[in-house]
Amino acid sequence: MATRHDTAAAPPGKEGGAAPARPPVEAVPPEVAKKRARLSRRWQRDVRWSPYAFVSPFFLLFAAFGLFPLIYTAWASLHTVELTAPTDMEWAGLRNYTRIFDDDFYWNAAKNTLTIGIISTVPQLMMALGIAHILNYRLRASTFYRVAMLAPYATSIAAASLVFVLLFGRDYGMINWALDLVGIDRIDWQNEKWPSQIAVSSIVIWRWTGYNALIYLAAMQAIPQDLYESAALDGANRWQQFLHVTLPSLRPTILFTVVVSTIGASQLFGEPLLFDANKGASGGAQHQFQTLGLYMYEQGWVNQHLGRASAIAWTMFLILIVIGIVNYVISRRLRASS
Amino acid sequence: MTTTLTKPPADAEPKPPKRSRGLKAARAGGQMHAGPVAYLILAVFTVVSLFPLVWTAIAASRDNQRLAQTPPPFWFGSGLFDKLELAWTDANLGEAFLNTTIVAGVSALTIVFLSTIAGFAFAKLKFRGRGALMLIVIGTMMVPPQLQVIPLYMMVAKLDWTDQLQAVILPSLVSAFGVFFMRQYLLQALPDEIIEAARVDGANSWRVVWHVVFPTARPAMAVLGMLMFVQTWNDFLWPFLVLTQTGNPTVQVAVAGLGRGYTPDQSLIMAGALLGTLPLLLVFAIFGKQIVGGIMQGAVKG
Repeated sequence: MATRHDTAAAPPGKEGGAAPARPPVEAVPPEVAKKRARLSRRWQRDVRWSPYAFVSPFFLLFAAFGLFPLIYTAWASLHTVELTAPTDMEWAGLRNYTRIFDDDFYWNAAKNTLTIGIISTVPQLMMALGIAHILNYRLRASTFYRVAMLAPYATSIAAASLVFVLLFGRDYGMINWALDLVGIDRIDWQNEKWPSQIAVSSIVIWRWTGYNALIYLAAMQAIPQDLYESAALDGANRWQQFLHVTLPSLRPTILFTVVVSTIGASQLFGEPLLFDANKGASGGAQHQFQTLGLYMYEQGWVNQHLGRASAIAWTMFLILIVIGIVNYVISRRLRASS
Repeated sequence: MTTTLTKPPADAEPKPPKRSRGLKAARAGGQMHAGPVAYLILAVFTVVSLFPLVWTAIAASRDNQRLAQTPPPFWFGSGLFDKLELAWTDANLGEAFLNTTIVAGVSALTIVFLSTIAGFAFAKLKFRGRGALMLIVIGTMMVPPQLQVIPLYMMVAKLDWTDQLQAVILPSLVSAFGVFFMRQYLLQALPDEIIEAARVDGANSWRVVWHVVFPTARPAMAVLGMLMFVQTWNDFLWPFLVLTQTGNPTVQVAVAGLGRGYTPDQSLIMAGALLGTLPLLLVFAIFGKQIVGGIMQGAVKG
């Protein structure tokens, strides 16, 4: 495919129409040659520099709003900075880090982020896989299901969290009412640890399952039909086909969704913030569903310690890098084994 | 935008079996006919997906006394339009809608334009450092937004941009996903021969972009534009930090602040949540097929 002639000194060939990169064979009058040379220089400049012109806006914006903040956060995490005077920085060394590592609420938030991450990601991806499998059948009105499934994705975190607060209400919420019907005691979804984490996770699950199901569905449709046919010839039933054909073929896609969901889970912020009926940033009275993202917000914007918030942000980033490395190792091992 | 994608992605109906081998082919994976159980599961899942949205409207149509009773209401009351109107004026949602439309519109259009030219360069042009730069683009997708929020907040404070829309628009323009998405699309959709033909006709790079790349990329640009519009519309963390409810809020910021008080007005909050979601739901109802296709298309090649 890659048969482009970028580097060749090719005249635009307006008059001759000769393919670029093929030097003209016949002798040319000097003035034409001069003109061609000039055009050719402009041509070369264009070919050499226009790619940079095309990618530079992205990188300029990235430098200003991506790279600079990244480095600056590292710098700020070594300083004492107050929200009220963000440009007033005082060197603090690693004090911000030792301070947060000594804070029980940091470890509490880290644990909550992990558990909420697991509770929200694992069922979500497994359900998405099952739904995608069904959507891959020949269906009536398949587009309808797909669009309906994507409706939660179109719903903002704010709108979704607010309605889930009501549905999970202790006294008048619909979920407790339904539990009551089947004889289960009312659950305090706000103040008890595990129920509150399950409730927050359910917002995430609700918003993202359909989206992930579509991603799986796309990958399933790319699986060659012959694989299923030969599996069927070997006497594999539906479940065995799913297990031995579908799942192995989906491995890269599953890995992709795991990574994306992990990143999303580690940054969880809006859902726990808005789920709190008291509208604080502590993630419940006992910090029972405070995530790292929320803890960072509390330190920076409620307690006004931007330096400490920067330190929290960097630890979050480092955790993600570790996850990235683990993911890389796993995917390499998967590739090696297949 | 209203036409279907020229390159039908996976949103097309599953293909009929190419080789009919009787039962065996019919039983094979992707071509199975769904049984009643499958339809039942799908029905449950569809109801669960849509119910919270419908119930938002039900709750908004009831007053707070009714919401504080068991069993919870399952059908609409009569107060929906009054509550919507109240939420509209209370949260100054008119202004919020205008703000969000500006923010999401400007961001989506700019991202689509910049991503298309950058994606074209990465997909089809050779230049020194291409591989390394592309790695950086992918790497930037890993950086958590929380990490950028603090310095960006300082920048905004220093520039005196708090409560101003550019504080939300400018940082949202960095979309590594967009560049990646367009690159993947153009790699496959834009044959090298067409670019060469345009070159032979004397077109410089900008004319190639204008006359060849943009027409080819139009379906993907539409999908990316819609995805980015949805994302910016629903963005919460950053607008929440730099905009306040009294100064140029976006819809999400305005809605998050609704009905706050000693006893929150639940019904009003639901009305606001509904209003904030409605425009996007409409977009999804109209362009649902294309959006589904776009997401699935991005998935296969990403």
